[in-house]
Amino acid sequence: MRIKKFFVLFFLFLLVFQSKLFSIEPDIFVQSTVNRASQALSDNYSKDEKIEKLKLIAKDTVDIRGIGFYTLGSYRKSLDDSNKKKYIKLFEQYFLKSFSSRLAEYSNPKIEVGSKEKLNENYTIVSSILVATEKRPEIKINWRIYTKNPEKPLIRDLIIEGLSLARTQKEEFSSIIESNNGNMDALFQTLNDFIAK
Amino acid sequence: MKKIVTIFIVSLMLTFEAIGGSDGENILSKNDPAKVKDCFESLNRATFKFNQALDGAIFEPVSKAYRFLPSPIRKGVSNSLDNISSLVTIPNNILQGDLKEAGENTLRLVINTTVGIFGIFDVAQSMGLVKNDKEDYGQSFGKVGVGPGCYLVLPILGPSTVRDTAGALVNLTGGDPWFNVTVKNDTQYFKESDYYFSRAGTGIDFRAKNIDSLDNLETNSLDFYASVKSLYLQDRQQKIANSDQIIDTQNDSDWEEIETQ
Repeated sequence: MRIKKFFVLFFLFLLVFQSKLFSIEPDIFVQSTVNRASQALSDNYSKDEKIEKLKLIAKDTVDIRGIGFYTLGSYRKSLDDSNKKKYIKLFEQYFLKSFSSRLAEYSNPKIEVGSKEKLNENYTIVSSILVATEKRPEIKINWRIYTKNPEKPLIRDLIIEGLSLARTQKEEFSSIIESNNGNMDALFQTLNDFIAK
Repeated sequence: MKKIVTIFIVSLMLTFEAIGGSDGENILSKNDPAKVKDCFESLNRATFKFNQALDGAIFEPVSKAYRFLPSPIRKGVSNSLDNISSLVTIPNNILQGDLKEAGENTLRLVINTTVGIFGIFDVAQSMGLVKNDKEDYGQSFGKVGVGPGCYLVLPILGPSTVRDTAGALVNLTGGDPWFNVTVKNDTQYFKESDYYFSRAGTGIDFRAKNIDSLDNLETNSLDFYASVKSLYLQDRQQKIANSDQIIDTQNDSDWEEIETQ
């Protein structure tokens, strides 16, 4: 009887604290992502190997689908389901290529992860600093971490010296669509051209 | 002359309907990059191309060569140019009501110009007077509620807005003590060329610090013009609000809508 009671209490404990047990703190998540990226960018690998490793890290740690929809802004509503699928597929290829080639230029970057600030249940901002080198000054990088699922936090934006990459990309996409009179096919074509480059 | 400047500023204020409040949220909303119109896009894109060609022919090669100078020399040049720019920052601190920063920047200017030998060494920093953000007349206009107006790309000078261009013109009509003692008034201590060298030096120093990131941005942009425009307008929005915390206040509605998809 005592053992039964113990097991009931044990399972209740597990149920209540399960989410806490497996949740990952956003700053730890950023630190671990930074470590993985630093490892990928070490001098031991060729540029192509670096790019492949960075793509794997991005797939695992970045909310590519979320960023893709955010980037479309209000145009998102004008897409039907089949075009949404087509867009997300293209966006993922574009994002991975653009992200990995941007980062692959850096070798052994030193990033110091600092404080975190919880904005709400869904978002925490983690502050970090890209340490200065001989050629460039220190750079502040804030990470917008999507924490809706605390067990699987995801990166949704990088804010570099106060400038949001997601926002920049959103305005870039909007410019392409607007300069083609709202034609989404123009954006799809531009994405295809970039991927094929 | 003073009268012309006053009339010019007053008419600008009226043109840009500077009658709204100037609380933080209002300033952020007025300067939202998405709301800034690109009224002269074709002309702006043409000027942007011209600037890119000029950059490729002159600024980029000079900046690359500049990076070969030893780090302490580059640091000294950068400090000295920052010291000169504080001559515009201080009056703007006062215009924006930041008297504490105005005092700190004045002390920094005095210490660095004298003990720091014309600003080459940032002695004030080691005395605990930390470097503050730069301010200009465009930011002061923005702070009192003047909207940015249309986006502009100026030849050689690059991205701007109607308001920020008007702010830059104030420098040339008495608002920049460095311009006054070098170009405007014939003093025996400085030459006109000192001003133009310092301006070119500021551009090259900025370009040299950002060679890799700008090259990277250009290679990976779908529309480089739109990326530069967005980055410039975000930067101005943040500087006018004097906030590092734009992330707390920027419009998150698009992110929120994604949750419901």
